Amino acid sequence: MADITVTDKNFDEEVLKSATPVLVDFWAVWCGPCQTQGPIIEEIANSFAGKAKVGKVNVDENPQTAGKYGIMSIPTIMIFKGGTVAKQLIGLQSKEMIVSELNKLI
Amino acid sequence: MYDVLIIGSGPAGYTAAIYSSRAFLKTILISGFTPGGQLTTTTEIDNFPGFPKGIMGPQLMLDMKVQAERFGTEMITDEVQTIVKNTDETFTVTTGNSSYQTKTIIVATGAQAKEMGIAGEEQFRGKGISYCATCDGFFFRDKQIIVVGGGDTAMEEATFLTKFASHVTILHRREEFRASAIMLERAKKDPKISFITNTVIESFSGDMKLTGVKLKNIVTGETTDMPIDGVFAAIGHTPATAFLKGVVVMDDKGYIQVRGMKLATDAHSQTSVEGIFAAGDCVDMRYRQGIVAAGTGAMAAIDAERYLEGKTTT
Repeated sequence: MADITVTDKNFDEEVLKSATPVLVDFWAVWCGPCQTQGPIIEEIANSFAGKAKVGKVNVDENPQTAGKYGIMSIPTIMIFKGGTVAKQLIGLQSKEMIVSELNKLI
Repeated sequence: MYDVLIIGSGPAGYTAAIYSSRAFLKTILISGFTPGGQLTTTTEIDNFPGFPKGIMGPQLMLDMKVQAERFGTEMITDEVQTIVKNTDETFTVTTGNSSYQTKTIIVATGAQAKEMGIAGEEQFRGKGISYCATCDGFFFRDKQIIVVGGGDTAMEEATFLTKFASHVTILHRREEFRASAIMLERAKKDPKISFITNTVIESFSGDMKLTGVKLKNIVTGETTDMPIDGVFAAIGHTPATAFLKGVVVMDDKGYIQVRGMKLATDAHSQTSVEGIFAAGDCVDMRYRQGIVAAGTGAMAAIDAERYLEGKTTT
């Protein structure tokens, strides 16, 4: 399973109502470190298929969601569990870091 | 066994990789967790020769990577933890996930933005405090921002941030600026930028996000509270060489000492350890330019190649 595109419209459905934990990567095309983070997020989406959902929010196109969660720096990764933010990671993260945080919540 | 192991993936690392793999040396590059380095956090680069219309930083770094891969450089995303010189003069390099045997090492780990070291800095990181204007400026539309610093980076970031912010204050602890005349002039002419000198931030305040700072004038000792939405730190860089402590000789700031241009025939990039070479911002606190890093990366690759040739002929 690859990562999914999360938007202002489907955020409630895909993230808040999800049965499994959801990792959300807030990013934008103009953000250099986000381009580095992207492939790492994809790898995680594949290795956690079935155990956790992995989604990406483009902050340019989805200002409501980015605003609601007070995103002021990207990349920011939030891990949601049961509709609330269980963990927030700001700045570029290594695969190991994300995997260890995600494992704590599964 | 690799001929050349390169640590770092900025212009120095990628250029070294292009040179050494193109010289048919078995080359591996360990990129660290910020592949592409500092230039990936810039926007338009106007002073890299060969791009008359300018080029975006992330694109330039991607192109360099592809060019190195074209000649067979193996790319690994991992972080080096230790380097050990073996009795047969080869090296064992250990990363978080694996270890590698190599005949030579080129250190090109670059530098990273310095933190301000002020109480509350960690609490508001990403919640009003930023170290990358191009990454985070977007979130400060019509907001009031402080840029801390007095060098070219501070001027450049302040000028860039006026695209978003309603007002930018450049806060500098001294009266004089290190910034080049042209960059300072551009900032001074900008109606959205103002300056506060001889002043430092004493503390940050806010709840969920940053809402204010306490400023202290270091001449008069007077303190004032200033409401603010964002603080961007541009107070210089620190070399990413902590893992090399005790391996090669460095200065007290952590810059690796290389032989340099004392003799025209010297291997300029040679460190205190035979077989370990260094290039780019981790040896250079004076120039700190992508093109200089690329140049020293090429030098290090040539030095490594000659060193290997010397080993096989003796």
